[in-house]
Amino acid sequence: MSKKNNSETKPIIFFLNEEKEPLFSKKNRALLTDPMDDNNPITVQVLGVCSALAITVQLKPAIVMSLSVMVVMAASNVIISLLRDLIPNRIRIIVQLVVVASMVILVDQILRAYAYDVSKELSIFIGLIITNCIVMGRLEAFALGNGVWRSFLDGIGNAAGYGFILIIVAFFRELLGSGNLLGYQVIPDMIYEMGYVNNGLMLLSPMALITVGLYIWFQRSKNRTLIEKN
Amino acid sequence: MDRDSNIYTFLFSAIMVLIVAATLAATATSLQDIQAENVRKEKMQNILETIGVLVEREKAPEIYTKYIIEELALASDGSIDKEIDAFKLKLNLEIKKPIEQQRFPLYLAKVDSLQYYIVPLRGSGLWDAIWGYVALEADKNTIKGAVFDHKGETAGLGAEITQKWFQDRFTGEKIFNNNGKLVGIKVSKTNNDPDGNDKDDNEVDAISGATITGDGVTDMIKERLQNYLSYFNIKNEKIAYIN
Amino acid sequence: MEAYLNLFVKSIFIENMIFAYFLGMCSYLAVSKTVKTAVGLGFAVIFVLAITVPINFLIDTYILKPGALKWIGPEYETVNLSFLSFIMFIAVIASMVQLVEMIVERFSPELYGALGIFLPLIAVNCAILGGSLFMQQKDFSGIAESAVYGLGSGIGWLLAIVAIAAIREKIAYSNVPEPLRGLGITFIITGLMALGFMSFMGIKL
Repeated sequence: MSKKNNSETKPIIFFLNEEKEPLFSKKNRALLTDPMDDNNPITVQVLGVCSALAITVQLKPAIVMSLSVMVVMAASNVIISLLRDLIPNRIRIIVQLVVVASMVILVDQILRAYAYDVSKELSIFIGLIITNCIVMGRLEAFALGNGVWRSFLDGIGNAAGYGFILIIVAFFRELLGSGNLLGYQVIPDMIYEMGYVNNGLMLLSPMALITVGLYIWFQRSKNRTLIEKN
Repeated sequence: MDRDSNIYTFLFSAIMVLIVAATLAATATSLQDIQAENVRKEKMQNILETIGVLVEREKAPEIYTKYIIEELALASDGSIDKEIDAFKLKLNLEIKKPIEQQRFPLYLAKVDSLQYYIVPLRGSGLWDAIWGYVALEADKNTIKGAVFDHKGETAGLGAEITQKWFQDRFTGEKIFNNNGKLVGIKVSKTNNDPDGNDKDDNEVDAISGATITGDGVTDMIKERLQNYLSYFNIKNEKIAYIN
Repeated sequence: MEAYLNLFVKSIFIENMIFAYFLGMCSYLAVSKTVKTAVGLGFAVIFVLAITVPINFLIDTYILKPGALKWIGPEYETVNLSFLSFIMFIAVIASMVQLVEMIVERFSPELYGALGIFLPLIAVNCAILGGSLFMQQKDFSGIAESAVYGLGSGIGWLLAIVAIAAIREKIAYSNVPEPLRGLGITFIITGLMALGFMSFMGIKL
């Protein structure tokens, strides 16, 4: 298999040049599973932290955000991968951003017309998705140098890893901070009457940082390969 | 052509800009009317919600004409500006003008022969704008209901101002204190009445972790209501619009 | 003059991009291993913010705001291009970052290597876009105010990242449990520093 980096190659030929591997080979499956732990975008690559703080006060927005990021990442990884041999190096950052931003804006505009209520929930997140370092980080690190199918898988995998952390943090913050999960009261009144009080501190962003720190402690105790050597 | 040459870069950028601009512009313009219609219906839905009439957004325009009898655009001295369509007034633009040039929308409603005054609000939260509507009973003092919304407050904290449990706290509260002074409603962390039993304290309990958004609500209620004092004072001498 | 000083101090300490708004966390956490790289990235952020905020102010005032296009002709007053804000701001930011990347690569290949992927990531650094979006919201009366704001925000970011880098350099000699070493303890310390800064939040200057 010869990798032609000839810019005169038309897009259609890219598909013939792809690695001849079964769609769900071990290597490809790893793209989906690595980001859950070994290569987690938040706790290992240190990407996507801002939204992990802002969106995790309750479980529902965390889930909505994770799904939205997954859609955006899958789509933009695919688009950039398709265009990867056409993009001039000098403007590649701009092109990546324009692709992501346009897509997010398009989705927002369509939702605002046809699914107004959903768009209201999502509107706040729109800005956060465009600037989510994970999206751009994976475009730079992967989609620019890999085939379409693999980029697609990488997008889904990283979004899943991101969502995983978001859900864990949101779970604890909502439960301990307001006694609810998904908006429904979960801690029975009996416990409140015994003197238990919601920990309001958990609702504030600094606690999100500390929660992620604690998760990293847990993750690296189990997976000792991730421990940083000085 | 060499991918990194100036000509190629320029051509690529030009084509990309054209495609993006065309797609976005086409989408935005074709969807503009539908989007505006959604916003219009939501506004009617919110206004109705403040007087306790809950409807689905699609049915809002029909029910709106049933209960909202008058839409007024007031000037700062309380006089009515008949040239302006009050419903179309955009508070985000009005609020930037000097007071003498601002027009203040007021909606008069009647439900089961009870009269209400609905005042639109606009202010700033922690991250971006917040807005809403507050309905006053005929005494122009007691709140019948309030509805709030925001552009970008934190999900789970400031964003909770849109939830019914927060908005319900305002029902029954008074905007004038016992000395007859307009104090509005304070969204307070030190409110000693978390269940809202005291309706004369001009305060409601705040949302934990959403202090700045709460302060924004307090400020916007006071600031906007102040502008309607002239109209309400004059109104006492005028003939009532509603029999 | 006092208003500018006020705005400057406010944007550095009270509305600190990292500690008050939690923007720009990824690069902040990843590039704070040594004070040297932290300073390098901090200055890059200051440079990008101080230039993009005023430029975006001009774009917002003369092209994007509702009614902004009236300098072309009175019939354009109703045009509202604010839905293009994101793309235009990001395009300006991305171009600046591409420029910075080329400068850094040329003059300090060492810094370029140390920053790695985080240099192009300045383009999506929420602090940079946040600076422009806040500027849009705050409605400054002139380009000078927006420049002061951009500069102040950048300096606030620099101070925050240098502070955490200095702490991280010191705790390299402490007995932090192995799994917490590095990233984990940084998250926790940042959380504690943020708690401290929360005391600034309600101050009105």
